[in-house]
Amino acid sequence: MGNPNVGKSVIFSRLTGVNVIASNYPGTTVEFTRGRMKSGDETVEIIDVPGTYNLYPTSPAEEVAVRMAKEGDVIINVVDATNLERNLNLTLQLLKDGKPVVVALNLWDETRHIGISIDVEKLQEILGVPVIPTCAITGEGIKELVSELPHARANTFQYEEEKRWEKVGKIVGQVQEITHRHHTFLERLEDVSIKPFTGIPLAVVTLYVVFNIIRFIGEGLIGIIFEPIFENLWAPWMMRISDLLGKQGFIHDIFIGKLVEGKIDFVESLGLLTTGLFVPIAMVLPYVFSFYLVLSFLEDSGYLPRLAVLVDNLMHRFGLHGLAIIPMMLGLGCNVPGAMSTRVLETRRERFIAATMMSIAVPCMAQIAMIFGLIGQYGAKGMGAVFGSLFIVWIVLGIILNRISKGESPEIFVEIPPYRLPYFGALWKKLLMRTKWFLREAVPYVLLGVFTINILYSLGIIQFLGRLTAPVITGILGLPQNAVGALVIGFLRKDVAVGMLVPLGLNLSQLVVASVVLTMYFPCVATFAVLIKELGIKDMLKSALIMITSALIVGGLLNLIL
Amino acid sequence: MNTIDLTKLEEGESGVVVEIHGGHGLIRRLESLGIRVGKKVTKVSSQLMRGPVTVRVGNSHVAIGFGMAKKIFVEIKK
Repeated sequence: MGNPNVGKSVIFSRLTGVNVIASNYPGTTVEFTRGRMKSGDETVEIIDVPGTYNLYPTSPAEEVAVRMAKEGDVIINVVDATNLERNLNLTLQLLKDGKPVVVALNLWDETRHIGISIDVEKLQEILGVPVIPTCAITGEGIKELVSELPHARANTFQYEEEKRWEKVGKIVGQVQEITHRHHTFLERLEDVSIKPFTGIPLAVVTLYVVFNIIRFIGEGLIGIIFEPIFENLWAPWMMRISDLLGKQGFIHDIFIGKLVEGKIDFVESLGLLTTGLFVPIAMVLPYVFSFYLVLSFLEDSGYLPRLAVLVDNLMHRFGLHGLAIIPMMLGLGCNVPGAMSTRVLETRRERFIAATMMSIAVPCMAQIAMIFGLIGQYGAKGMGAVFGSLFIVWIVLGIILNRISKGESPEIFVEIPPYRLPYFGALWKKLLMRTKWFLREAVPYVLLGVFTINILYSLGIIQFLGRLTAPVITGILGLPQNAVGALVIGFLRKDVAVGMLVPLGLNLSQLVVASVVLTMYFPCVATFAVLIKELGIKDMLKSALIMITSALIVGGLLNLIL
Repeated sequence: MNTIDLTKLEEGESGVVVEIHGGHGLIRRLESLGIRVGKKVTKVSSQLMRGPVTVRVGNSHVAIGFGMAKKIFVEIKK
């Protein structure tokens, strides 16, 4: 346990070998994770919990932390050595609770850089529990922490509740010494990036650069590595299988798909071994990888909370505060972690607004990658129309939701961590974790989606639904009847759904309408499941109703305008 | 001696917190991030149009919503 952003998750990963996402902003961890560690001959269970400043929770993430504190037998209290006073406040509360505690004095390396020296032995003596300096990111002190675990003990450390701060102040005075030093480059950058006149231009430039890096790396990986592999190495094998299966028939179409002009078309064929693998691996994965590379860098540098402060004013129009930008940014990668991260927001109202805005107007990277593939050739005209529309929807929807949702919206109140140079090893590990997670979660659903399409088509269900929904699909949205297939599959995977638009031969305005509607109308099943858990069934239904209605209105309007 | 609320503090100026107008909840939230009576805070920045105020307290930076910052009073030593 410990304050937010002190490195609990990094210590947890070090102790258990279980990888959890860690970043440089408060509120990265919103759920507890269990892991195991050997301690002597015993195997003990270690639980990583979200951060909290005290034992009075103000958000669901903090509630998790406080609840878990009661469950543990021993508490490893991770303390930010550079902010001893504030962190000891929680330590004293934990000690008073009477549980055995070990204190990990983390970020120990940083204290030296900023001129703080702490007398560890004295602190240990005063607190009466083991205190171990650690630097979790490099693994320094972790061994000592493990060997001290059995010596954790409850302390009869007593103080009066009202005098807690006084006590903390006294302890800090006894053990800490501060020497003066000069400002570093990173600290100057901190000031520049949060003052409005320099911070806002810097944010615009940063986001522009970020966007271009993502596209550059994504496109590069596709063009240089993945497409050649599929076209030159995989395609011949598939053709051989296709020949063996007789170039047509039910089994052939399930595995290889329909041949286009006697050849395999990796997007249009819709076979499990062709489209089913090509879409997630060669079209989506490169973008997911490059997006998470850049996002992880932003997370670890400490830029996100500063961005939150800069956009706070805008978010107020939506009944949110700046921190709600974090679910939106994570949602761009995948809506599932985006929805989870709404837990850093304090009230139900905020979480409802943020989750609804995100699942309607923020397309995930898998879908964005497919839209790039589908509309990229039309340049800014096509892409601008899709993402511009979604951005306008995001803003208008936010304003409306703010008007109609009941409840309170508190103000931003958040700690801004110092800039830290991302540690390459940690960044790489996080990137691999997220990429693996994508492959594990996405590929089965893509395959299921492709399989389902084949079944639905051969049973005539898509055609039937097409006729049934023609008044909406054709009448309001101006799309061909068969586009209903994409909407059905969109519930499983949005990327496959966008891919299904390719053989329909749509013109640009139809492509724009279809891409926007596919983003908005409903979340994919994985996001849907998380939203039910986070919002509850009643609010989820409300949210779903807003999604369908707004998708129809916006789709209809776009159809009229374009 | 001059007592003003946090939003009126100039960028780069420091003051000592003398009063917090608010209930128990607010006081507890503020103090858990190190802002409490007797602490020295230095203003880092404030956003336009009643945006959040960023202050440095001890070794950390904290962003505080405008309304909340209005309730925190500091004394500047001239």
